[in-house]
Amino acid sequence: MASSTAPLSAKASSDGSASLKQTSNTFLENAHAALQDAGKAERRDLMALFTPIVRDAAMKNFGHFEALREHVKQVKQHSLEHLGHYLNQFEQAALHNGNHVHFAEDGEQLNSIVLDICQQHSARRIAKGKSMVTEETGLNDFLKRAGLKVMETDLGEYIIQQAGETPSHIVGPALHKSAAEVRELFFAKHDLGERELAETGDMVSEARRVLREHFLKAEVGIIGANALVAENGYTMLVTNEGNGDLCANLPNVLVICTTIDRVVPRLEDATAMLRLLVRSATGQPQTCYTSFYSGPRREHDIDGPLETHIVLLDNRRTEILASDYREMLQCIRCGACLNHCPIYAGVGGHAYGWVYPGPMGSILTPLLTSLEQSNALPNACTSCGRCAEVCPADIPLPDLLRDLRHDETKQKLSSSRWRLGMRLHGWLARHPALYHAVTGLAISTLHLLGARKGSFARLPLAAGWTSQRDFPAPQGRTFMQQYAARQRQEKDSEHKAAQNPGKDTTASRATSARAKAGRGAARRGAAERIEPSLRVDWPRKPDPRRPGGVRPAAEDSGKKPGAHPGGPRGKKPRRRRDHD
Amino acid sequence: MTTPPTDQPSPPQALRVSLFVTCLADLFRPSVAFASIKLLEQAGCEVTVPLSQTCCGQPAYNTGDYESSVPLAQQLIKQYEGADYVVAPSGSCAGMICHHYPRMLEGEWRERALRLAAKTFELTTFLNDIAHIERGERAPVELPGVTYHDSCAGLRELGIKSQPRALLEKLCDTQVSELQQTEVCCGFGGTFCAKMPEISGKMVEDKLSSALATKAQILAGGDLGCLLNIAGRAKRNGANIEVRHIAELLSGELDSPPIGQGKQ
Repeated sequence: MASSTAPLSAKASSDGSASLKQTSNTFLENAHAALQDAGKAERRDLMALFTPIVRDAAMKNFGHFEALREHVKQVKQHSLEHLGHYLNQFEQAALHNGNHVHFAEDGEQLNSIVLDICQQHSARRIAKGKSMVTEETGLNDFLKRAGLKVMETDLGEYIIQQAGETPSHIVGPALHKSAAEVRELFFAKHDLGERELAETGDMVSEARRVLREHFLKAEVGIIGANALVAENGYTMLVTNEGNGDLCANLPNVLVICTTIDRVVPRLEDATAMLRLLVRSATGQPQTCYTSFYSGPRREHDIDGPLETHIVLLDNRRTEILASDYREMLQCIRCGACLNHCPIYAGVGGHAYGWVYPGPMGSILTPLLTSLEQSNALPNACTSCGRCAEVCPADIPLPDLLRDLRHDETKQKLSSSRWRLGMRLHGWLARHPALYHAVTGLAISTLHLLGARKGSFARLPLAAGWTSQRDFPAPQGRTFMQQYAARQRQEKDSEHKAAQNPGKDTTASRATSARAKAGRGAARRGAAERIEPSLRVDWPRKPDPRRPGGVRPAAEDSGKKPGAHPGGPRGKKPRRRRDHD
Repeated sequence: MTTPPTDQPSPPQALRVSLFVTCLADLFRPSVAFASIKLLEQAGCEVTVPLSQTCCGQPAYNTGDYESSVPLAQQLIKQYEGADYVVAPSGSCAGMICHHYPRMLEGEWRERALRLAAKTFELTTFLNDIAHIERGERAPVELPGVTYHDSCAGLRELGIKSQPRALLEKLCDTQVSELQQTEVCCGFGGTFCAKMPEISGKMVEDKLSSALATKAQILAGGDLGCLLNIAGRAKRNGANIEVRHIAELLSGELDSPPIGQGKQ
């Protein structure tokens, strides 16, 4: 990855933009603060319980998750491999439909392009649909500083805009807010006199009333896109509130802000993705509104914008495409990885300190800003794999996170203590005799100190562990010590038996053989040395595929249940490293 | 006594298994390795234990120190590639060999890794699906209520889910009282638990609460990392639950105190 180029957020934050102030490097402190708020933590726990259930039910009803995700992955990979071709095709088709198409290299360019469009139309009021891309570029603040009034119209975005916050989730930006908080917020922000707002529905109605006014007055509408269809130049947008369509159709000018990696070849590719996107995101079979925008109002159309612009942002995506992290560009922004991540559930989206949280955010943030600013994020992962399991684009998120930790190690951004510890452990483990001697000594000592209580409440060099839990004491000497001692003993008794053949009665040999088996100290060939009459023949099921016999190992290759060489889905290694 | 009819199948040849003890069992819980040997022998296997084994390289690998983990992977491949079967009492170590070695190595080493992966199994998978273990001669040890933590690597990399439950039922007449959110991580995550202790503490607290809510007296699992984490938290909280590796339960080797408990 090209972490050497100046990070976007540093450039953007220098002009005082609030939403872009990145705090990923204080992830642990952010997480600590989040965990202290018991009410919010409980809310997150409930969401973490609820959202996977909803998603699982939707996928179960659907029944084609695996097949379709393989398809979607291939579509995305194909589109990315031929990104230039499809972007060109999209651009030509979109121009043909009457759109203006702009390419923005970075966030600043996108912001400037949008401001120029607004100023050309002397626009003062902007109605804005939900768009994570514009969160990435800090568009709202940029336009605000230019004197424009930007109103978020997605209910969640509206709530956090009123509260002066940033999204905590890429699909549900205000999921961290309780109904009571929203009620208080509306009382404070809406000058509408005495009212109760007892039910959630009352609050929704109030927001709708306030927003409706704005929709009608706005001169420019800004929305995002879930997909760009190369074959016809359409952009696709899904919403549950219909606010995107109002933004797109009521103002005279529409600006669609999106990124280059949204392009897919055909309309049916967009709809295939749609079937997984919505189920993965909210557990719905379909969102309430799915819209395709072709371009400005045509002569015989009765409504629609008079002028439409599509702004396609790169912002390092071409760099990612050329890097080992290109699979991250397959992401369709469903948020399933957030909903299934126990760390996201624990600390919430704001702790990640930038635009994208959770597993996808922990990869995107270092790639779109810099690893220096966010190297805690790839470590906020237990490699549990739940995110990859549900990812509708089949992105190997834990592998990418691990690769970022590898970059972190190579660039010496991780703590030198950890790096040294790992190298030392690795070196020791490459010298088995020394390893067994050293661990034998250390473990015996730990056992002596801890055997009575069974664990340590505190232990030098293990403060991280013991701050949260006791450190279980080793059971005794290491297995290797015990096993080697037993083998020596056996050798001795065999040696003695050989010297005194007269005393080697059947009984004593039987005892010795049983003891061997019982102690589990059999070695290759040990079974043959035990007299056949004394061997314990455990009843075993014969292998059904091989009458009367047990499958030899060779037959198992690649067919065994459970373990799959090369990964659960038989993947090829994604990349090679220079470590041989 | 008459001789059996000759068309009876000849007794099956013993499966030859090389045990990968895993470093956590070697250092913290040798009883897990001895129980594994006992179970494998009960299933009719011939067990060998390569004495030069150390660590599969997972700690370094997961921390991002690929340069330290690659030589350990190569060392393990050399130690075990002659075996008929490799069995480890850990889903994450078996997953490391089966899933990650072929990813992290290249060329000839990758081929060797793939060949090793094809014959490497986690213990309960091997006992249940390959060796088809039957009950021993002794009556099964009566177990109080047991709940089970599905360790993430075993569950998602190797598909271990039904095997430990089937074995508990078959060998111990025990039905698992399921944890709520049993497939959610316990917060161990290798070095994660030490790097991000507070978040890890929250996760293991959730896991422990779910375990206690089942009223089971034993929490079993197939990975010592998770079990040390959960047992350590249980001890810290003074929670009344025993934490044990499934190999101990299946083999009936319950003489040693549960993980993290002293000799009383």
